[in-house]
Amino acid sequence: MSAAQAPVLPVPRAAPRRWPLGWLINWWRSPWRKPRILETLTWLYLTWSIIPVFIAVAFSFNAGRSRSVWQGFSLRWYFTDPVASVWHDPDLHAALFQSLRLAVLTTLIAVPLGVIFAIGIDRWHGRLPAVFNFQMLVSFVLPELVLGVALLFMVTHVLTIIPLGTSGQVIALVTFQVSFPVIIVRARMLSIGSQYEEAAMDLGATPFGAVRRVLLPMLYPAIFVSAVLVFADVIDDFVIVRALSADVSTEPMSVKIYNSARSSPSPALNALATIMLLMSALAIFIGYLVFRRTTRVEGSDGGSALDQLAIQL
Amino acid sequence: MLWLAVLFLVPFYVVLAIAFGTTDPIFRDPIPVWNPLNWDTSQFQYIFSHIFGADGFFGPPMLRTLLYIGGASLVCLTVAYPVAYFVARFGGRRRGVLLALLIAPFWVSYMMRMLAWVNLLEEDGWVNRFLKAVGLIQAPVSWLSGMPSTVVLGLVYGYVPYMILPLFASLDRIDQNLIEAARDLGASRVETFRRVILPLSKQAILASVLLVSLPMFGDYFTNDLLSGSPRTSMFGNLINDAIGTPGQVSEGAALVVILMVLLIPFMCYYAISTSRASREAG
Repeated sequence: MSAAQAPVLPVPRAAPRRWPLGWLINWWRSPWRKPRILETLTWLYLTWSIIPVFIAVAFSFNAGRSRSVWQGFSLRWYFTDPVASVWHDPDLHAALFQSLRLAVLTTLIAVPLGVIFAIGIDRWHGRLPAVFNFQMLVSFVLPELVLGVALLFMVTHVLTIIPLGTSGQVIALVTFQVSFPVIIVRARMLSIGSQYEEAAMDLGATPFGAVRRVLLPMLYPAIFVSAVLVFADVIDDFVIVRALSADVSTEPMSVKIYNSARSSPSPALNALATIMLLMSALAIFIGYLVFRRTTRVEGSDGGSALDQLAIQL
Repeated sequence: MLWLAVLFLVPFYVVLAIAFGTTDPIFRDPIPVWNPLNWDTSQFQYIFSHIFGADGFFGPPMLRTLLYIGGASLVCLTVAYPVAYFVARFGGRRRGVLLALLIAPFWVSYMMRMLAWVNLLEEDGWVNRFLKAVGLIQAPVSWLSGMPSTVVLGLVYGYVPYMILPLFASLDRIDQNLIEAARDLGASRVETFRRVILPLSKQAILASVLLVSLPMFGDYFTNDLLSGSPRTSMFGNLINDAIGTPGQVSEGAALVVILMVLLIPFMCYYAISTSRASREAG
């Protein structure tokens, strides 16, 4: 009698467990299950991160004074209210223009300066790039208040020729923001390599001509992206700008919101914040479109443009 | 380079000179002392003598700073890691949209995001109304007058996006083959995570925790907007209040110096480890 001849008994199946949560355990153990928990968590987080802002934007269109009871739609806090709307209140008005002025001036100074720095670093063989990189990384984790205080003392005690207010603010912002164009432009230059420039010089271009007519056009997307980043970032800046503002007239929108959010809140403040949001959003949107377009023309895939933007941040 | 030297190193020297300087007795203006040999340490003695003990009014805010920042960073990590992990590994077709949504908070001003919470947390705000409707509370809670939990929530809400992106970038770089190999060799999901993914992302976790916690040390505005009460004031508030008070400016400078001395090792660690990681990545 060999084992083979033994009648094949049906192998008793493992008794199905009649636990009330049995399906849950099976689901948990399945190697092919989709990551539902993580997915839910992610969407919950995204909702949580965006909903409060949406509500704040919605209440800037409230017809009443409340920020929590909806009293009908109106543009009262933007234009129509003759006293307290963003358009008519001189303080809010001034804050809006101060923000724009700072953003435009800083972008115009910081971006060309950053491009020059980036090209300079690239040419300079030695330890300088490492030092520069290190300093920029430190500035990411440096508490902004420390920088604000240091710059304030600098302006009030050493460089007394620089007045507090717009010029002081712009100089401080440029110092802080110049790292964006340097990092982005330099990353782009590394990926371009030096062969195009060398080819141009072989064909008779002067070093300056090679930079101007060959390198710079290839850097345009990077320059543009950094301009957008600087612009949007300056509009949002608070600590440095507040430390170096001279009086009410040089306080931009973020400082205005800080000053009145607790003492005298009104939907006009929400309206101001919404305008600020729109300005950054517009800058980013245009930047994204141009960036995608220019990179696609060059043949690299435009789909990863957002990825690149994210990483470069 | 000269520009950077002028605008980064010199200002810190000025802070030192003011911190070790004296105060004009009449105008209450700080007088910087430029020569290190003549530095006056009375500000530091004053601060150190008031950290501990009965009249230690600097001690509690400093301790609070550590607790709040520790708590907020921990909450940030528990929120940010799963989200970054999901988008990096399972984003799939919607990855672009998800990424855009993750970046979106960057372009909403910090002040606006705090303003949004001020609106929601008011006495008659939506949070109180919701909790009342659900039956969790009977009377409205005044969230905005010195609740530590509100301040920590504000910090988490404000800084969590800064943590998600570096975590995402690092998790995205992990070779999918390594994960598949681990699964093929019989590791369960949890084991794969614990023994492959977690060790590979350890450096990024550390770096991103530093990236959110160090700036929090200088944060005074979150606190001012969401609490405004001295019961929750932090290191940043101490500095900001001192700088804003005539006669206490050099005390503020001394506080800045103390903060910097405490944080510089961590900042250097962050910079070194991050630049090494990016060099390894290519």
